[in-house]
Amino acid sequence: MPRRLPKKDVVIVGFGWTGAIMANELTDEGLDVIAIERGPWRDAPTDFPPSYMQDELRYRVRHELFLRPDQLTFTFRNRMNQAALPIRSWGAFMPPNGVGGGGVHWNAEMWRFLPSDFVLKTHLTERYGASFLPEDMTIQDWGITYDELEPSYDRFEYLCGTSGTAGNIKGKIQEGGNPFEGPRSRAYPTPAQAQPFSHTLFGNAARELGYKPFPQPSGNLSQAYTNPLGLRMGPCTYCGFCEWFGCSNYSKASPQTTILPYLVRKPNFALRDKSEVVRINLDRSGKRATGVTFVDSSGEEWEQQADLVILSAFALFNVQLLLHSNIGQPYDPVTNTGVVGRNYTHQTMSTVNGFFDNKKFNFNPFIASGAIGMCIDEFNGDNFDHGPHGFVGGGYMGQVQTGARPIESTLVPPGTPKWGADWKKAVKDNYLSTVKPGGGVHGSFYAYRDIYLDLDPAYKDRFGRPLMRITMDLKENEIKQNKFLTDKFAEIIKAMGAEKLAVQYRTAPYDITVYQTTHLNGGAIMGTDPKTSALNRYLQSWDVPNLFVLGASAFPQNPGYNPTLTVGALAFWAADAIRSQYLKNPGRLVDA
Amino acid sequence: MRRKRYRAGFLGGVAILSLAAMSSARADDSDPQEFTQIERGRYLAITSDCVSCHTVAGAKPFAGGRAIETPFGYITAPNITPDLETGIGAWSDEAFDAAVRRGIRPNGARLYPAMPYNAYAKMSRDDVQAIRAYLNSVEPARNAVVANTLPFPFNIRATMRIWNSLYFKEGEFKPDPTKSAVWNRGAFLVDGPAHCGACHTPKTFLGGDRLDQYLQGSYLQGWSAPDITNDRRVGLGEWTVEDVATYLKSGHNTITAATGPMAEAVSLSTSHMTDEDTQAIATYLKSLPGKDSGDKPLPADTGTMTAGAAIYRDQCSACHGIEGRGVPGLFPSVANSSMVRSKDPTTAIRIVLRGARSVGTSKEPTAPGMPSYGWQLENGQVAAVLNYIRNSWGGAAPAIEAGDVNRVRSDTASRPD
Repeated sequence: MPRRLPKKDVVIVGFGWTGAIMANELTDEGLDVIAIERGPWRDAPTDFPPSYMQDELRYRVRHELFLRPDQLTFTFRNRMNQAALPIRSWGAFMPPNGVGGGGVHWNAEMWRFLPSDFVLKTHLTERYGASFLPEDMTIQDWGITYDELEPSYDRFEYLCGTSGTAGNIKGKIQEGGNPFEGPRSRAYPTPAQAQPFSHTLFGNAARELGYKPFPQPSGNLSQAYTNPLGLRMGPCTYCGFCEWFGCSNYSKASPQTTILPYLVRKPNFALRDKSEVVRINLDRSGKRATGVTFVDSSGEEWEQQADLVILSAFALFNVQLLLHSNIGQPYDPVTNTGVVGRNYTHQTMSTVNGFFDNKKFNFNPFIASGAIGMCIDEFNGDNFDHGPHGFVGGGYMGQVQTGARPIESTLVPPGTPKWGADWKKAVKDNYLSTVKPGGGVHGSFYAYRDIYLDLDPAYKDRFGRPLMRITMDLKENEIKQNKFLTDKFAEIIKAMGAEKLAVQYRTAPYDITVYQTTHLNGGAIMGTDPKTSALNRYLQSWDVPNLFVLGASAFPQNPGYNPTLTVGALAFWAADAIRSQYLKNPGRLVDA
Repeated sequence: MRRKRYRAGFLGGVAILSLAAMSSARADDSDPQEFTQIERGRYLAITSDCVSCHTVAGAKPFAGGRAIETPFGYITAPNITPDLETGIGAWSDEAFDAAVRRGIRPNGARLYPAMPYNAYAKMSRDDVQAIRAYLNSVEPARNAVVANTLPFPFNIRATMRIWNSLYFKEGEFKPDPTKSAVWNRGAFLVDGPAHCGACHTPKTFLGGDRLDQYLQGSYLQGWSAPDITNDRRVGLGEWTVEDVATYLKSGHNTITAATGPMAEAVSLSTSHMTDEDTQAIATYLKSLPGKDSGDKPLPADTGTMTAGAAIYRDQCSACHGIEGRGVPGLFPSVANSSMVRSKDPTTAIRIVLRGARSVGTSKEPTAPGMPSYGWQLENGQVAAVLNYIRNSWGGAAPAIEAGDVNRVRSDTASRPD
């Protein structure tokens, strides 16, 4: 029998970006809020000090900041007719753990989705006809529009101090920005970061090829900034240790730099770290959450009751907790019924490395930030006519090289021996003259009927609960999309003056062992129909109205951009709905 | 006009008041209905920072029990809530005044000057009675405190008679008619309730103020408190009055940030002062002439300066900048920091070795911190980087040796941060 804690107005499960945003909004509303976080408390100067944070072995190779699979993992298979096996070392993605969540160790790319992304099914069907889409593709509209979300995008961008060049202010196209972006209400809070040599060269080459390159919008700041909460951020030093690492310079947007010092001063906020929520509790009707049960690091079980439950863990954990709590009908791909686990997606990443003459080019690749880069958006979403190509979707591409950390930066041209004196010489010859864009092609990943999440029949976690099973493969549509985009990208790298190219397409089968991105989405998606979505347009559970589920788990499918800005904007959007509608009249915000 | 309104309120509340009086057994009670006096006392208690010493963090306010480190040993601050048995509820007003302004306990014994009665003496009897009235209004806490935990011979309170004859001067603050009202208010606050000299004026070997070095920086509890006169190099000379006031209100200004004991003083006291009072303190401090030590910068080509420059570039410049100017309101300007150049480098060494957390206030909630470098830099390297910082960008300060760093390292090893 768990010990019962005094009841609160709100309990927040998981304390990364969305949990912190919601906690700040609801404490502003005067509610008594407690957040429960599985991992440890983390603060910028004490946990990410510049004196040792730049340690690639510790943080990148050994995954210092991430969840230990011993604590919780997933099983994986490519196809429904295979037996899934547990993931014992993280590969394709890195589940966050601890206060700040993925907001601690992200690169801080700050992309808005395209207006057409939010009405994807309608848009593609109208333009190309329903038969143009693959038969098993299950893409949906989001239930909200870009224009509705715009004020929330703006709030998150200003919270973070985002550095960028606007491409479209109130419908007026701006020189130097992304001409394809949806209209924004105002310019970025800070100007774009300065671009290093190879990034500038990419921009020039793209321009000569007729594209409209622009600096990638970044949460690594070009200059000092004071955000709307009065929190101060410093200018980025271009150290090149963003993704996998925390930032101690107060120059990368994170919950630690943009919300927490302000939030923790509030008397109506409390946080419990090192406590893992194991269940959302429901009353007898099954239609109302009464709170959560969690286990602390001593193995003690506690019950925290609350009027309102905010599920704001990482996407996969949100879905898993819904499944373990019997909230919403689990998705069944055979009958195509149920909602929890439906439309699980990732990202379709690939890259092209360019090897340049080291007598002519010294890129000094150490100068970088997580979201540095010059990009083009001509091949994203439906910015180009897909008719002749036979696929849908797309992505941005760019020279977005984030540093020259020694363990991962030993690139050599194709044909070089894999070891020995010749390999060493090639590493030395190419270290400073290679363009290594990392996720240079950042493609969309659309949803399919047989790509989903459910509970594994064989493997259990330390509490005896079934592990969640990932069934995921790469489909023909995404393979075609990636081939097309990667070839376009290679043309630009070649035009920069590269002597040799190493082109790396994304191919099937989907590989769970090699890192792509941590952009996992779906499984508890938002929409307009309770039969095909777990949440309504306000991220409110159709089944349990006093439960809101935040994060990329709400994405019906994944566009060709990084998800965090939309994740944060949706948290503001849901918070607005709770503050302006739900609290006045607790209940379903949308009739269906 | 205002007084009249309160009096009307007072008359209206007679019935309730008499009930309250019946339930109170205080010997010499202030009137709990006297809002004006209690509110004045509350504010004076803030400017006097009573809560700091008389409260254990997380426990009931003013319930005492906090151990105060002095050069002679630890003194535990007593319970000053109105609890009749373990607090000061049974004290007469006379006894309270004698303790606060003359350092004499109700039984005639002497207080130790860890209680800054030598500063509080500058307050008037009315001021002190207002503080009493306020303290009578707080929740009584039962908490018996053994105050005197000093070793022999300092545990003999009678020795304080000699100390008092040497260092204690009774007498309320007397305004200087040649100076402005703002200046006089500042002087009163600095020398009286705010007792700035307790930390910032150097002490004799007996712990008395060295008045010839008034507010020119001192050492206590593992920290060196900087010079707060208008000295251009090691004091407030490069700060404007506004810079000083902003620092007191928010714990931060464009040059520096409050850490250590000053962070607590800002958090509990100065950030709650009125804008007029922080301006007054700033005006007064800026009027104090500094000393001129005549230090010349170390030559840039010495080994320690060369090594220091390299370490600075590698370890410090990401936040504090190549030119040492930091980011206003976020990272202190080590190029302009008088603390960095202080003759006593204890705090500067300590911050490099152990890191420091600046104070968070409602005006400046960020509370940025500096990480510790003590595990990474050895004593000679800490000395080198500080020699570089202290003697660059127009600064000049005596050289620090590895032995100085070692002293601070040993001294701070067992202290809390």
